[in-house]
Amino acid sequence: MESPLTNKRRSLAEAIAEQVHDGDAVALGLALESGIPFAAVHEIIRQRRKDLTLIGPISDMAFDQLIAAGTVAKVIAAWVGNVAGGSGYGFRRAYEQGHPRRIVMEDHSNFTVGLGLKAAAMGLPYLPTFTGMGGDIVRGHPRIRPIEDPFGGPGLLAVGAIKPDVAIVHAQRADASGNAHLWGNLGLTVEAAYAARRTIVVCEEIVPDDVIRSDPNRTMIPGFLVTAVVEEPGGALPSSVQGYWRRDFQTFLAYHGLSKTPDGYQSWLKEWVLDLPDRRAYLRHMGEAAVERLRVRDRRLAAAANFAP
Amino acid sequence: MIATYTRKELMVVAAAREIRDGEVVFVGMRLPLLGFGLAKATHAPTAIGLFENGVIRDRPAEAFIYTMGDPPNIVGAIACLGLNDVMSLLQQGRVDVGFIGGAEIDPQGNLNTTRTSGSGSMVRLPGSGGGGDIASLAGRTVLIMEHEPRRFRERVDYITSPGHFPGRRRGGPATLITTLGVFDLSSGEVRAASLHPGVTAAQVRAATGFTIAIDDSVPATTPPSTDELAYIRRADPDGFWTGDRTKGE
Repeated sequence: MESPLTNKRRSLAEAIAEQVHDGDAVALGLALESGIPFAAVHEIIRQRRKDLTLIGPISDMAFDQLIAAGTVAKVIAAWVGNVAGGSGYGFRRAYEQGHPRRIVMEDHSNFTVGLGLKAAAMGLPYLPTFTGMGGDIVRGHPRIRPIEDPFGGPGLLAVGAIKPDVAIVHAQRADASGNAHLWGNLGLTVEAAYAARRTIVVCEEIVPDDVIRSDPNRTMIPGFLVTAVVEEPGGALPSSVQGYWRRDFQTFLAYHGLSKTPDGYQSWLKEWVLDLPDRRAYLRHMGEAAVERLRVRDRRLAAAANFAP
Repeated sequence: MIATYTRKELMVVAAAREIRDGEVVFVGMRLPLLGFGLAKATHAPTAIGLFENGVIRDRPAEAFIYTMGDPPNIVGAIACLGLNDVMSLLQQGRVDVGFIGGAEIDPQGNLNTTRTSGSGSMVRLPGSGGGGDIASLAGRTVLIMEHEPRRFRERVDYITSPGHFPGRRRGGPATLITTLGVFDLSSGEVRAASLHPGVTAAQVRAATGFTIAIDDSVPATTPPSTDELAYIRRADPDGFWTGDRTKGE
């Protein structure tokens, strides 16, 4: 029998309470528009974390929600907004007016976020690149500096390592040890999980470990890197999860409209986060018909791969 | 009979025409999602699409998509990798053409999507996303913008996606597609290649905050063919991307 120390299964509330602390650098939204761990985002807000640093390429509205809730001190990202509507109004209020608090923005391009996480994942202080030259992102940047090519080629830029305290990723399935199968676009999920000091895997299903071992090439995150496994079906809604959930575009659009004003944001926050105890309650609040419209029922199965020795 | 079409449909068609058969395309967000599918379905059947979330496709998405991460853009892909994988191909020089949108542009084709004080108080924009990377590393770039005077500025406040500059390694802005016309940027100045049907040179000059070269003989943008329109309306049946109130002729 597994001891409580080696059993990594947690409720989402337990995982956030144990592993996401005030002041932590938290990487999430790593697959880009899909697989965003919104249930974890809402739990972080409910637990009133503060002074977080957020790390991600494009966060869709997850970063906006966290920033507008006052949980964030700094953002390291390439794009912060709402893919449905463009602007992230919570982000704009924080950046432009310091409401509800001032934030520090470390602007990146997607590739420099990727290289920073990759450097940390490789145990390196930096990785060189040509991206961004001639633009303003890299000018005077705290983490991007010009370097010479030791082999005599043209000059480069060094992107310093970005090492999250904790990465939160949404997987389709994982076993109780945290070995996680992911499929579809990966974005920077793998780099972030390798780079982070702690990784929380939120998944649609916990499966027996022989399911994982049947297809080891699909294990994007080996369980020994994972510090908590949470079974939370629908935990990425309104973002999509390949094979499980379609994108709930209307919810992104509705948030975009509401979050235009601080009062609108507060009403959204109360209805969809503070007045609900957890993700199950969130799905109940959506209503069965709305949830079922988003659930993928079709099967488009991958061909089996023969691993026989 | 000439079919009725919207400005956005014309822009999608113009974007698709920038893709040559056999090219590797870095697709980008919004209208290029449709433009890539349209090019594949018409004149560029062997083009390959790279998406910054890690997807590589050689077929259009199987159904309407809001974003490159939507399930119809994943199923039937030829590979689902990571962001650094496709960005590495871009950096290596394996991408022929990439698409970028911008909030503001200057005559060198520098795009700003980061922050602007153009209309008085400072406004924070979402940021680069992959735009800065595509601008830096693609073989050539196609820019897509709303054509408004406040967006066409002699100098942008912030260069998110670099245009033409001395010492550039490769590429740079080749074409700008706007709500008013198609412009050639490859020479380092902005020159009208075609104006959308019904648009006058005076209209374009009034909507452009810097000097722009428009020959008297500038042609009209070739309207969408019935095949092109049929594809767009299958891929965007509710007109989410391409429905607008400004009808073409």
